Amino acid sequence: MILQLSHVQTFIEQFHILQDVTFEVPEGEVTVILGRNGAGKTTTLRTIMGLTPPAKGSVQFRGEQLNGLPPYAIARKGIGFVPEDQGIFSDLTVEENLSLAMRKKDGATKTRLQFVLDIFPDLESKLRQKSDSLSGGQKQMLAIGRALITDNHLLLIDEPSKGLAPILVEKLAQAIREIKKHTTVVLVEQNFALASAVGERYVIIDDGHTVREGKMSQLLQDRELLGRYLGITANPKSGKVV
Amino acid sequence: MDIFMNLTLSGLSTGMMIFLLASGLSLIFGLMGVLNFAHGSIFMWGAYSGVWIYFRTQSFIMAILVGMIMGMALGWLAERTIIRRVYGRHIDQILITTGLMLVLNEVLKAVFGPNIIAVQIPPLLAGSWELGGIIIVKYRVFTIFVGLVVAAAVHLILTRTRVGMIVRAGVQNQEMVQVLGINIRQVFSLVFMFGAGLAALGGVMMAPAIGSINPNMGLENQMLAFIVVVIGGMGSILGSALASVLVGLAGVYTAWFLPEAALAVNVLFMTVVLLIKPSGLFGMGGGRNS
Repeated sequence: MILQLSHVQTFIEQFHILQDVTFEVPEGEVTVILGRNGAGKTTTLRTIMGLTPPAKGSVQFRGEQLNGLPPYAIARKGIGFVPEDQGIFSDLTVEENLSLAMRKKDGATKTRLQFVLDIFPDLESKLRQKSDSLSGGQKQMLAIGRALITDNHLLLIDEPSKGLAPILVEKLAQAIREIKKHTTVVLVEQNFALASAVGERYVIIDDGHTVREGKMSQLLQDRELLGRYLGITANPKSGKVV
Repeated sequence: MDIFMNLTLSGLSTGMMIFLLASGLSLIFGLMGVLNFAHGSIFMWGAYSGVWIYFRTQSFIMAILVGMIMGMALGWLAERTIIRRVYGRHIDQILITTGLMLVLNEVLKAVFGPNIIAVQIPPLLAGSWELGGIIIVKYRVFTIFVGLVVAAAVHLILTRTRVGMIVRAGVQNQEMVQVLGINIRQVFSLVFMFGAGLAALGGVMMAPAIGSINPNMGLENQMLAFIVVVIGGMGSILGSALASVLVGLAGVYTAWFLPEAALAVNVLFMTVVLLIKPSGLFGMGGGRNS
């Protein structure tokens, strides 16, 4: 297992957001964290990154304890994070946003840059432009691309499809399939069609607790679980859940 | 004609010395969002330690070096022990840096004495040139040159280097910079130290220009520096440079033609700029996340 969370509890000010989150992420797969709004999905990713440090429980990455480490040290262990708001530096150019993430300028980094430009070709012609001028979809590509520039072993992506047109969501799904060939991915996603298309495993978080985890193929069969925790019901005509 | 030329040179020179103080403040206040009310005291410590070493070595280069090292050391110490604890909390910053200002001012009086100390322009930079009937004071030209070099250097560092890129990114979103594996606090410590060093350089440069140093010079010039940063726009080094020149020229011309308005002109200037463009002449658009 590349990542293990065990009985994690996190507070934001006086609010007890994560009350008991426990799950494991196998290497080389896409694990999707599902749950209703306010369940604690984003806080789970931020807790892994050390942005909202856990008050109790443990977060282990490749067998190493992350508790107590500052976010930059956690990132240096090989974890990339793409936040919900993308975290693009709008006053910097696309090239500057990408090069900020480069810790070395060696051959491997150049290869990764080429990989990013291959999966997100829109970025190549805009390298010298201020990132403020990018469209919403391009900003999302830049945010994910920036996390891929570094030799990360694990990528945490928060709601990448939010606000994107359906055609861009399909492109995003293709990109995530490409990314998982090289990097383990933990995805928080409200769009269940995208989540089920790219995810191999799922974790359901409800009211700050992990309520279920397993294989995505099993979840797709469990209509009771989908309905109870995700509010997803089968299409009355097709009988399909997505 | 020669009076206009002399006033312009004098205004530019004064403006450039204000810029040296304001550029440090612009980095610390404008980019990092830290309200450092002890900035003027660091400027003053730079002036006193520079003059102290100049009296002993007769070397102005040594005075500049020692003054800057003193400023950087004080900046580093202040950031590590005090400022770091209050990042993002402006009220606490005002209180704690005002306290630091009082401590630094009193310790300075205890170390160097409370009296005014006369300072001469170094012999190499003393005197003037005459050009077509216009008297050009050498030291003024020197201060203009140093100010321009500093403005260009800081601008290049911010726009062409990785450290500058990190600082610009950190101003927008500190959290995201950390997530990219960069220790932003360490970078901000460096910026704070550098800004304090520039303030101290301003102090050393100003001492011969005004002919003396005194324990009130920090507070007097700090207000001017805040006005310059507000006029130029938070976080804009080039904006601070331009505003410093405008403030310097306005001060000198008003003092000559309308002496009774000399004290009010800069505040009036700032008010007009704030009414027309609240973000200052070259204010950065990005939000700060400190």
